[in-house]
Amino acid sequence: MVDAFIYDAVRTPRGKGKTVGALHEVPPVRLAAHVLNGLRERSELDTALVDDVVFGVVSPIGEQGADIARVAVLHAGWDDRVAGVQVNRFCASGLEAVNLAAAKVMAGQSEAAVGGGVESMSRVPIQSDGGAWAADPQVAFQTYFVPQGVSADLIATKYGYSRADADNLAVRSQQLAGEATRRGYFRNSLLPVFDQTGTLLLDYDELQRPETTLEDLAGLRPSFETMGRDMGYDSVALQRYPEVERIEHIHHPGNSSGIVDGAAAVLIGNGDFATSLGRKPRARIVSFATAGTEPAIMLTGPAPATEKALKKAGMSVADIDLFEVNEAFASVVLRFMDVLDVPTEKVNVNGGAIALGHPLGATGAMLIATLLDELERRGLSTGLVTLCVGAGMGIATVIERV
Amino acid sequence: MIEYQVGQDGVAVIVWNMRDHPTNILCDESEQAFADAVERALGDDRVIGIVITSAKKEFMAGADLDRFLGMTEPADLQGISEKCHRMFRRLETGGKPVVAALNGSAFGGGYELALSCHHRIAADLSDLRLGLTEVTLGLLPGGGGTQRLSRLIGFQAALPLLLEGRRVDVTTALKLGMIDEVVLKEQLLEAAKSWIASSPEPSNPWDRKGFVPPGGFPDEPRNTFAFAAANALTHEKTHGNYPAPVAILSCVYEGGSSPSLDVGLRAEAKYFAGLGGGAVAQNLIRTSFFAINRARKIRNRPKEVAPAQLHKVGILGAGMMGSGIAYETAQAGFHTPLLDTRQELADQGRHYSAALLEKQVHQGRLDPDQAGQILQRIQPTTDFSELAGSDLVIEAVYENRAVKEDVIQRAAAQIADDKVFASNTSTLPISGLARYYKKPDRFIGLHFFSPVEKMRLVEVIRGEQTSDECLAHALDYVKAIRKIPIVVNDRRGFYTSRVFSTYTEEGMALLREGVNPALIENAGKMCGMPVGPLQVSDEVSLELMYKVRKQEQVDEGARFRPSIGFEVLRHMVEDLGRLGRKAEKGFYDYAGGRRLWSGLRETYPLADAQPDVEEIKQRLLTIQAIETARCLQENVITSATDADVGSLLGWGFPAWTGGTLSYIDTIGVRAFNDFSRKCADRFGERYAPPDWLLEKEKRGERIHKR
Repeated sequence: MVDAFIYDAVRTPRGKGKTVGALHEVPPVRLAAHVLNGLRERSELDTALVDDVVFGVVSPIGEQGADIARVAVLHAGWDDRVAGVQVNRFCASGLEAVNLAAAKVMAGQSEAAVGGGVESMSRVPIQSDGGAWAADPQVAFQTYFVPQGVSADLIATKYGYSRADADNLAVRSQQLAGEATRRGYFRNSLLPVFDQTGTLLLDYDELQRPETTLEDLAGLRPSFETMGRDMGYDSVALQRYPEVERIEHIHHPGNSSGIVDGAAAVLIGNGDFATSLGRKPRARIVSFATAGTEPAIMLTGPAPATEKALKKAGMSVADIDLFEVNEAFASVVLRFMDVLDVPTEKVNVNGGAIALGHPLGATGAMLIATLLDELERRGLSTGLVTLCVGAGMGIATVIERV
Repeated sequence: MIEYQVGQDGVAVIVWNMRDHPTNILCDESEQAFADAVERALGDDRVIGIVITSAKKEFMAGADLDRFLGMTEPADLQGISEKCHRMFRRLETGGKPVVAALNGSAFGGGYELALSCHHRIAADLSDLRLGLTEVTLGLLPGGGGTQRLSRLIGFQAALPLLLEGRRVDVTTALKLGMIDEVVLKEQLLEAAKSWIASSPEPSNPWDRKGFVPPGGFPDEPRNTFAFAAANALTHEKTHGNYPAPVAILSCVYEGGSSPSLDVGLRAEAKYFAGLGGGAVAQNLIRTSFFAINRARKIRNRPKEVAPAQLHKVGILGAGMMGSGIAYETAQAGFHTPLLDTRQELADQGRHYSAALLEKQVHQGRLDPDQAGQILQRIQPTTDFSELAGSDLVIEAVYENRAVKEDVIQRAAAQIADDKVFASNTSTLPISGLARYYKKPDRFIGLHFFSPVEKMRLVEVIRGEQTSDECLAHALDYVKAIRKIPIVVNDRRGFYTSRVFSTYTEEGMALLREGVNPALIENAGKMCGMPVGPLQVSDEVSLELMYKVRKQEQVDEGARFRPSIGFEVLRHMVEDLGRLGRKAEKGFYDYAGGRRLWSGLRETYPLADAQPDVEEIKQRLLTIQAIETARCLQENVITSATDADVGSLLGWGFPAWTGGTLSYIDTIGVRAFNDFSRKCADRFGERYAPPDWLLEKEKRGERIHKR
């Protein structure tokens, strides 16, 4: 098998996913083209060398629909011969895109490919694309469909994470992200976004509140309590997990991932590509894996996906220097650390989506960029990115600096 | 059966008038006659439009249910639905404007017929109701109802009607868009004809180009959230035990998302095919419809006895039960002395009715004058002589033999020998109490359930000496107050309390086995019981349950064998002082919201291996079915149908099962006995099937005929 290397990784800052967000005015195709152009400029890339662009989008409809990857390639002015494909594995879409690009290289079918993702949640809101899973009665009954927030609360209830546990994790995320921003740890991968007139729109992750305290969070009301109670979802969750007496709703906006806009792209190539590009690779993609898990509790996939990826790599948890575990909800990270016995000091060392936001289709690729920067900064070698995924999946990718 | 008339105005009036039936229904003959009439109108060039109405009080009651009982072939059921679709489709697309002139209520197939017309006018009658009620019988509207209603008023408005089988009055129907006009009954035909005279488009909106239902098609992304919630709420309510609501949701989602009505109808017929023959639909039709209706009409009343002349019904004891019984009795028009030891207690009992009546007046459901009249019939008193002239006296005093003896004897002095005395006891043997009465053959048990005004069942307990006439007159009273009776013989716990107690006992048995209490409670709810066994025990009161068993211990002496939960009750009550809901300390804690008591884990440590929830569900239903079978064996109850009805209405045994004995048929007698025998080996003899049931198994018989 051919080795797949990461030559570079870039991302936009994350803008608040609302109309007041700094990136709201930017259509998603422009965000996507922006990160492609960032790659081109930083690596002085002859885009004709790239075989394919794989982009993750979770709500691929409206202006994010119709194969935005290929359209972004064209919009960025890349060589016409570069193809593009949009993929959707819910929250893992961005990492899935990276893995697929890597897989093309590993399989010897591409010399170089781009993996990335984009999501303008302010312009194309989450769940804009409908789908059979929640709505089709046969499917919803069969899978005990509940919204992710209820699943996250179910994890907390079943495995005994309290609101205080979750809030502690959230405050930690805010503090670490604030510190990383202040010290410029994100600067290497971050491409400021400008408008048509050349005016800067955003050059930092907009959502953060580094001064957040436990007391601040204590005042927030649970996000999924009313929905769980009044729309039947708690009962559905209990029917699937009857050993649980009731769902304790511990998640709220302060300990769940934020809604943001953003894009990211990772340039991947084989060993020979270094010569054509005239640059050295930054890391090797060691292994990756996806895992399916029970869909009602839904968000327990990171641990089994990680185990699979590590097994393929012939590594153990202890061999990984740093982890990026997407902070979709606090309980997801808490559960992951418990199952695999991962020390907190190695996890999300610069904060996570609770502080920075989770631009669905882009997040996985963004985390690759963040992880690689931090491994380089600390002089460490191995890292792992993992995300929980809707409908009961998990994804993980192991990288190693070269 | 179907009358047909064309007037000078060129309007064909098709009148449903099934003389051999109490109401108009869709059956093979009526469908054929109706289809012929439609063809006649469509084929007649003079006819410019069609009005469909009925000559009976109701427009149409729906489909002939006898047709579905025992029909299990999906292909046959699909055929029935498709035939109906063709008939209605022909009417709808025949090219002439069609009006439904709803002179009375229309349910199921009746309202589906109206839906396939181009215009619906209802008579302004306060008792006129419209609805697609099939779901209550485990069916779905198979005559296009899922498709046309969701297209007509939008799926969001249609789903509650379809999923709950709601019957709505004309005001609501008009507001929802289920009908287009409401007119005085006398003007119905005229209004229908004038609509036809306005030369309307002879088609329905869904057959026109570019049609979009109100709120959009169900599968549009904007509707995902609403549909997901409808799914979850249905899942919450049915716990997966009722296939019909899911099938209805799917008809609306899959079929309703097609721009083609015909495609939608096809989906509906296929889902209908899968439902009708299913055990749940058969159970609901057999018990919830036929059996309860028969019981309501007191079909097994001794026929040779002349009807009771009831004018005055005295109630002894103005507590919770007595007050409720007085309310129902006064409602039915009887003069109702309500007696207690102190005047203020009796007054309080009357106030119970006053509050209930006031609430109804406030909600606009009852005329204030009527409410006043009802209340006036209740006469609170402390004087036994007020009972004089009563046709029936019911005692609902404290559940204590000495207290009962006293009031029975004091009342007896006021009651004529040929009248009836009834006791509302739920625990004391009737034949024993009858001895305190001067005429034991005129003594009977009338066991009401709490809250009386909501619970429809009355368990009628026949003592050893109770005469046929006494029984017949008691049943006449039950019918008069519009309750539903079952007749049982006099054994400890009678039928309902005895069987229901096995549910709570089994919850305690599971607790002793080390099963996770949350799992026990969820299993109870998931199999369809209204509340988990531990919660309901708390509500009944652990202290009371313990007392009843201790009384039994005293009564039975050496023969007493402690029930499986006896030790749990003793421990909870005596050692731990956890008396139940009222004390705010039982299996649950109640301060700051109901939660399982954390100390349960130490008292009954969890076993290492926890059973599957399916096994617990099955145990909780099986133990009740076994006990019912034993009641039948011991002649406590004499009819399997009464057993079923009593279980549904008495303690909320899940309707999907058809009742405690229908449940055995649902599982299959052999499979049921196999499971029971396995449980008997593992958990105790209480699961051993009685001989009667073994005999059924040997003969390969069902309990109920198909």
